[in-house]
Amino acid sequence: MRKTMQSVAAAGAVAIVAATGAPALGQSTSDEIAKYREALQDGNPAELWEARGEAMWKTPRGPAKVSFERCDLGLGPGVVKGAYAQLPRYFPDAKRVMDLETRLVWCMVNQQGMTEAAARKTVFGNGSEKRSDLEALAAYVASQSQGVAMNVPIDEPHVHDMYRLGEKMFYYRGGTHDFACATCHGDDGRRIRLQDLPNLTKTEGAQKAYTTWPAYRVSQGELRTFQWRLNDCFRQQRFPELEYGSDASIALTAYLAGRANGAAYDGPAIKR
Amino acid sequence: MRTFVATRVAMMISAVGVVLHGCASAPPETDDAAARAAAMMKSSFKAHGQATLARLDQDETQRLCSEYAGRPLPAPIVERIQKANLATIRYPGDNNLVGDWKAGEKIAQSGQGFQYSDDPKGPAGANCYACHQLSPKELSYGTIGPSLYRFGKLRGYTDETRRYAWQKIYNAEAFAACSSMPRFGYHGILTEQQIRDVVALLVDPASPVNQ
Repeated sequence: MRKTMQSVAAAGAVAIVAATGAPALGQSTSDEIAKYREALQDGNPAELWEARGEAMWKTPRGPAKVSFERCDLGLGPGVVKGAYAQLPRYFPDAKRVMDLETRLVWCMVNQQGMTEAAARKTVFGNGSEKRSDLEALAAYVASQSQGVAMNVPIDEPHVHDMYRLGEKMFYYRGGTHDFACATCHGDDGRRIRLQDLPNLTKTEGAQKAYTTWPAYRVSQGELRTFQWRLNDCFRQQRFPELEYGSDASIALTAYLAGRANGAAYDGPAIKR
Repeated sequence: MRTFVATRVAMMISAVGVVLHGCASAPPETDDAAARAAAMMKSSFKAHGQATLARLDQDETQRLCSEYAGRPLPAPIVERIQKANLATIRYPGDNNLVGDWKAGEKIAQSGQGFQYSDDPKGPAGANCYACHQLSPKELSYGTIGPSLYRFGKLRGYTDETRRYAWQKIYNAEAFAACSSMPRFGYHGILTEQQIRDVVALLVDPASPVNQ
């Protein structure tokens, strides 16, 4: 099963590279991705991460031998159905606005008895030798919001404040190249090389982009989360490294997730 | 490099004046969200190789362009940004602005440089094709910036065209306040010779850009 899906993914990667390498065909990358997604139908390799995450969710873990079934993602202990669609949110027990990934780390530390360092040991996976539990857990939890309308509580005062700071961050220009998020994601119909860029300042663009993460990234053969998406955007922006689960990462997530409110969550998706 | 630092300090000092001045033409911030966001970023990013936390420190242009993002820039702010940036442009001692278009094409193709994942010793690229159409042979180009196909041919192979190309690459904010284009000379992304080569790609009659 696993082998089959990986070879399908590899074949798809080749097909996409071949297609984007021949732009004379006159088809945009997104058309090719759409075709690829259609071809895979129910076979998105993200399912492998979801299955691993589901098993992990239900298994006693850490020194305390406690499963995630005590972990409250905002809808009650262990409730995953629809949980991703209402994150980030404020958690009184942690006195902090948290996104899914930050909350998972919190449950590992505060309920399963892991150290912060152990919980964050591999936040982003790298092939079979370095798999990320957090990516698998995020894929599983997100999958349980498929079809659920995004409903981030942006009127709640703590979330509202983070949303506003996230908006400032989105427009914050800096670094050696003067880039802000808005430099690439502030206009309609733009692309970088042949890659179409979503306009995240428009409701439709933010909804389409946010509701498809986490995603299986064909070019990397990995399931990637929203924390990864932000981390790698800032790398390309020539900024220093955005810390996993940092306040800034949560503020920007709150802004973009909040902008997606009303749209049905549609992930984990498959992307180039 | 020392000149850049001195210029930036001067710009930061003058920025204080602009904030006070700016209040007359634009609604002031209702609270300190911008300052709090900046402080939050400082504690949320970590230095990684060449990408130190100093990269989060804004110069006057970056700060004003962030502040006015999504709103029309008042004319005095446009003038102030463009004037300050025009003053940063340096020209080669021998006044030779045009290098080798073949080297320029390689620079235009390369997106390497200044990411924490890049080798800090390696020459940086300008990644022109990420945002612009240039040579018609390269079909993989972005559309964040305008097409530069036939840049020299359309403008004429004159001293003015060559000088404008140099200035625009060196510091695009001198002509278009809050342009999306990196300031390749001002920030020291490209060397003087690299800027010459990219100018050649744009203005040399033999360059594929002008075919």
